[in-house]
Amino acid sequence: MSLTRSISNSLFKHPSGFLALLLTPPLLWLGIAFLGSLSVFLFHAFFSIDEFSGFIKYELTFSTFAELFRLSNFDVIVRSLVMATAVTLASVVIAFPFAYFAARFARGKWKALFYILVMLPLWSSYLVKVYAWKLILAKEGIISWLAGELHLTWALDALLAIPVIGGPSLSISFLGTFLVFVYVWLPFMILPTQAALERVPVNLIDASSDLGGTPAQTFRNVIFPLALPGIIAGSIFTFSLTLGDYIIPQIIGNSSYFLGQTVYTLQGTAGNIPLAAAFTVVPIVIMGIYLAIAKRMGAFDAL
Amino acid sequence: MRSEGSPLLLKIAALACVAFLHVPLLLIFLYAFTTEEKSFQFPPPGYTTKWFGVVWERQDIWDAIGLSVKVASIATFLALVLGTCAAAAVSRAKFFGRDHISLLFILPIALPGIVTGIALRSAFGIMDIPFSTWTIVLGHTTFCMVVVYNNVLARFRRTSGNMIEASMDLGADGFQTFRYVVLPQIASALLAGGMLAFALSFDEVIVTTFTAGQQSTLPIWMLNELIRPRQRPITNVVAIFVIAVTFIPILAAYYLTREGEHTGGAGK
Repeated sequence: MSLTRSISNSLFKHPSGFLALLLTPPLLWLGIAFLGSLSVFLFHAFFSIDEFSGFIKYELTFSTFAELFRLSNFDVIVRSLVMATAVTLASVVIAFPFAYFAARFARGKWKALFYILVMLPLWSSYLVKVYAWKLILAKEGIISWLAGELHLTWALDALLAIPVIGGPSLSISFLGTFLVFVYVWLPFMILPTQAALERVPVNLIDASSDLGGTPAQTFRNVIFPLALPGIIAGSIFTFSLTLGDYIIPQIIGNSSYFLGQTVYTLQGTAGNIPLAAAFTVVPIVIMGIYLAIAKRMGAFDAL
Repeated sequence: MRSEGSPLLLKIAALACVAFLHVPLLLIFLYAFTTEEKSFQFPPPGYTTKWFGVVWERQDIWDAIGLSVKVASIATFLALVLGTCAAAAVSRAKFFGRDHISLLFILPIALPGIVTGIALRSAFGIMDIPFSTWTIVLGHTTFCMVVVYNNVLARFRRTSGNMIEASMDLGADGFQTFRYVVLPQIASALLAGGMLAFALSFDEVIVTTFTAGQQSTLPIWMLNELIRPRQRPITNVVAIFVIAVTFIPILAAYYLTREGEHTGGAGK
């Protein structure tokens, strides 16, 4: 007893020692297992691959980074960025009405129900969700059936005939990939948006309308600016998760590569670790810039 | 005065969003009973319950479930310890570099999962570490820790430090204070964080593909089935099982943290 007493007393007297005690294990874990292996791997981007032997040449060079700008590689980066942006924008549009409704009009039991209705899909299995869409988007699946029943097969065909985003069926098109991305990451947008909307003081909205603001003006000048940090917080997830995902485009979509698949193939079957590392730097840099902007706009307080 | 009640259009948009989130999951339940084996035909031509029996007999699925449960349990335990330490340090004290450290703690989920996975894989390669249960655990703990950290940090921010000081003033030592004051305050947040961490680990596939080698967790089994569908009806049943296993901890975690907001509210 006296021993524990003296230990705890000394810890209480030396808060910095106590702090170090608390911080060391998690910092060691993240520092070694996460940052350590990450930096070693990323450092390979400064090496290159010997074109003849296929072995890594351990000489510092920027040639691997330069390879990123080769047309076929740069295409992958642009494609991933466009997809991540499109998914993020679509998530905002779908999430906002729901978040607004849940934050402003749902009360008591309903509020709890809405929360659960978002949490369940958010936490339910990622692969199961993707699998569900494989069922839905398949040529013989429910969407084709529904289109047939509603005599809208022509509309579906017209949609699939659109160059680039269309394809032989929804499950083999960018449109399908996009839909699945939006579905899988949508809850990550709803939750922070709703949290930000909950914090908008009702009297500000009342004040705005008392002072003669139309609902549209109130929305644009009061509600939206206050909800923005939440939306940006959500966009961190939708953007980052889309950028790095390599499973969804592999299962649903045409065979075009996105960043994640490219990295996966390069480090695996292609055995080009330096280029894989250089490709990995891309989403890290993009997310670094994104997070810096998000932090400036107050998104971290909305998380 | 603003008008009471919600505009109809808003209501419809919100309901459409709910439908969008839930109909796909409901469809899987329907498909688990289909008699069609070769395609994803809708509507199913007939209904049967025989696939549940078929899955029950499959040893490879049981093995995958066993490995997933083992990994999730260990990763959750480690995440609870590490995440709570981190949350306690960040919430209680102000110190040099605190913002950077708190950023570091969310980095494993802010960065794409593939980055974590590939970094670990190359580290295992360089250090000649053979793939094992522990390599999977290592990867999972890294992001499970973040979930626990977030949950416990939120709770620490809502509870004030006064009670800890009061406890010490009244003569309790640090361990007693932890046991009788701090732990009851954060218990439900710990349980919730732990359950979410478990659900996350049980379901994780991206990092796992890099750290598992030839081992098969349940998500890896499903992934193989998704890329090359060979046993569609069996996959449907496994999908339902996964939904059930993850829904229970999610609901439980929700009720735990909600209760906590009423009872642990001293000094908000």
